[in-house]
Amino acid sequence: MSFPDPIAVFRTEAAELLEQIEAGLLDLNHDLADKEQVDAVFRGLHTLKGSGAMFGFEALAAFTHHCETAFDQVRKGIVPATHDLVTAVLNATDHMRALIETPDGDHGAMSETLLGRLRTAVAAAGLPEAPAPAAAAPATAQDAPVAASGLTTYRIHFSLPVNAMANGTNPVGLLNELRDLGACTIRADRSRVPALDDLVATDLHVCWDIELATEAPRSAIEDVFIFVMDEMELSVEPVGAPEDARAAPAAAAPQAPAREEAIMPAPVASAPPVAATAAPRAAPAPLPEARQAKSAENVRVPAERLDELMDRVGELVIAQSRLSQLANASADLQLRAVSEDVERLSGELRDTMMVLRMVPVAQLFSRFRRLVHDLAIETGKKIELITEGETTEVDKSVVERLADPLVHLVRNSCDHGLETPEERLAQGKPAAGRIFLSARQQAGEVIITIKDDGRGISRDHVRAKAESSGLIAPNAALSDQELLQLIFQPGFSTAQQVTNLSGRGVGMDVVKRTIDALRGTINVVSHTGEGSEISLAIPLTLAIIDGLLVRVGSGRYVIPLSAVEECLELSIEEDMRSRGRSFISLRDSLVPFIRLRDLFMTGTKPDPFQKVVVISTGAERVGLVVDQIIGDHQTVIKGMSKLHHDVATFSGATILGDGGVALILDVGHLVTAGQQQEAQLRAAG
Amino acid sequence: MSEAIRKIPEDLWSGREELEVLTFDIAGEMFALEAVKVQEILDLLPETTVPGAKRFVGSVINFRGKVIPLADIRLAFGMEATKTTIDSRIIVIELEIEEEPTLVGIRTDKVNEVTTLMKAAGEPPPSVGMRWRPDFIDCLVRRDGEFIIIPNLHTIFSAQHERSHQLTQA
Repeated sequence: MSFPDPIAVFRTEAAELLEQIEAGLLDLNHDLADKEQVDAVFRGLHTLKGSGAMFGFEALAAFTHHCETAFDQVRKGIVPATHDLVTAVLNATDHMRALIETPDGDHGAMSETLLGRLRTAVAAAGLPEAPAPAAAAPATAQDAPVAASGLTTYRIHFSLPVNAMANGTNPVGLLNELRDLGACTIRADRSRVPALDDLVATDLHVCWDIELATEAPRSAIEDVFIFVMDEMELSVEPVGAPEDARAAPAAAAPQAPAREEAIMPAPVASAPPVAATAAPRAAPAPLPEARQAKSAENVRVPAERLDELMDRVGELVIAQSRLSQLANASADLQLRAVSEDVERLSGELRDTMMVLRMVPVAQLFSRFRRLVHDLAIETGKKIELITEGETTEVDKSVVERLADPLVHLVRNSCDHGLETPEERLAQGKPAAGRIFLSARQQAGEVIITIKDDGRGISRDHVRAKAESSGLIAPNAALSDQELLQLIFQPGFSTAQQVTNLSGRGVGMDVVKRTIDALRGTINVVSHTGEGSEISLAIPLTLAIIDGLLVRVGSGRYVIPLSAVEECLELSIEEDMRSRGRSFISLRDSLVPFIRLRDLFMTGTKPDPFQKVVVISTGAERVGLVVDQIIGDHQTVIKGMSKLHHDVATFSGATILGDGGVALILDVGHLVTAGQQQEAQLRAAG
Repeated sequence: MSEAIRKIPEDLWSGREELEVLTFDIAGEMFALEAVKVQEILDLLPETTVPGAKRFVGSVINFRGKVIPLADIRLAFGMEATKTTIDSRIIVIELEIEEEPTLVGIRTDKVNEVTTLMKAAGEPPPSVGMRWRPDFIDCLVRRDGEFIIIPNLHTIFSAQHERSHQLTQA
């Protein structure tokens, strides 16, 4: 096992930080007065700068520093947040990505341009007529009257978590920052320090009581602690009016017995004059909790380790089923009990394992907010993105492979689907176009839908385009769905003009290919003038499917359950009657079928009652005749080696509970084979 | 062509004077494979026939949770299938197939021992008088008045692989 490259770790973390910063900026763009997001963005920039410098990304650190400074001013209420400022920083985040990607590249000119824009934005925002100070200032407002009258004395008590120093916090630094704000009396509270025998030298057990006389507002004191606030206890109480006589006795009585009781006694004593401060303190309180919950959320594990674990679990399950066979054959009750325990545990382990690989699609959706934001600017359209079902979970590898097709579909909707605000208003629609991105789980599939309320797909355009590019014969009779599916053909694009965004005719066929590779399907619904809806139905996982285990001759095979429509018995009459032609009638429609025992040349005697499993892909159906239907099987898909790539009937293999191997039937291939057989018979008949 | 075949391939010995091998029997002949290439020797396992696959790799087995093909190199040498006995074993080796490392099981009648073969005792396969394709054999090594065959698995597998490609295209 090797330690991960620290630079690689930094890159991953930086990517996450940038995502958080971006999310914060986009939220801020909706509500410029959102102080919480200002703080979040500032913290993100600060961390990025710090860790960038630590790992030698000097250019990144220097560049980020300017953005951080700008946000620091916003945070302190010196400069209000404006759309221009947010956009400038948003653009800067892209540059930061470049600086992380190629730290040695030549980015000087770009940095200058972006910083120039940032400075302009800050300067413009700082103009006196800006309405924002009112919005940005509420936190400082109530300090103002006090501060105006001169020095205020605060009684500050804080304690850090025991492991704070191990995590890199230096309390001396915090105290120095407080000293910078004004005259301080600092007392260390050593009451929590354990006896020498129990003392771990790196732990922090000291708390501090400080009396600080300062002109700075209360928020300046809180700012000193901004990076440790999540985990610390902090109380800041103003002590009466400036030059209050109480300051002296308090300072003169350092041995007051109440001190050991930490914060509580003091605030009680000085409670009446500070009632007003109770409210602002209550507000930030829920925040740290939320942040703490978030930070406990993730452990980073390389995907291949999960795959390894998955393999081990697979082996365990197989070993366990051997054990239970032995145990069931034995009369030893204790052995049976142990075997049952192992069976239950390994089953649970397998279920847990599957869940480990699942990630919420929120990961995928979050990047579309930025995309849509950029597209709106590029196209000059007003676009709202509405997402739904972010918590729906999909196998990690599926999420990764879905990203590109979704980007393309969303771009397509923004570019071709949505009209300009003027066109929309003229049609009585709201000026802002809407893109809905939703995910939901349905049986073994996750359905991802991209919907817009734009102009819809023009059938005439599609037909004309397909005819002119030779995809279909002129006036070919096509169903609506067939016509709409033409947009996924290679070389097809309905856009009249090629734009920057889409319309080069590449892309939609790539979407189709990716979804096919994921064993998914695409469905298109479109109403002229009302918009289009494209649904992608993707199996939840590539590693595990629900299968139907069947037996043909002496071999066992798995049919993906998602393709199974129904199972029925082939009646003797039908069996006899269908000797010549391979059709069964199923509720008045003829379904071609394939006798798997003939296809596989089993050479065994058929079971007396043959079963038919009807499978389908889309609208096409085929019956598979098998000897026995064994039942459901959770199928862990294993690839076949290159030596078997010529065998198209099977898409993979799986290991059964008894250690045997079952092959997984390739439904698409069998359906095509069945349809061909049908076509041949029709032609012959 | 015949000159090239008559030389003992250098990459087999790669400058060494001796080679550590695992010897095994198939249909009465003794074969040897370089010991470091052998991953594991298995007792016979339940096999799963792959309908439609060529006979050379007609089935798959479960090797520690992986599904790997089981090859019968008898067919490459035109030998008759023999009944499995109590001594039958599967040797698992790793081969490069289309540049992808692939685990393959090889059916054997009996696994003998790990032994050292001397390069000095080696001979290139004779170009005449053999019923097998000469390029399927890297080298024959004489020991105790018998020949041990070191097969060239790479040629054997790619030949089978190509043939199947031709078959599927035909």
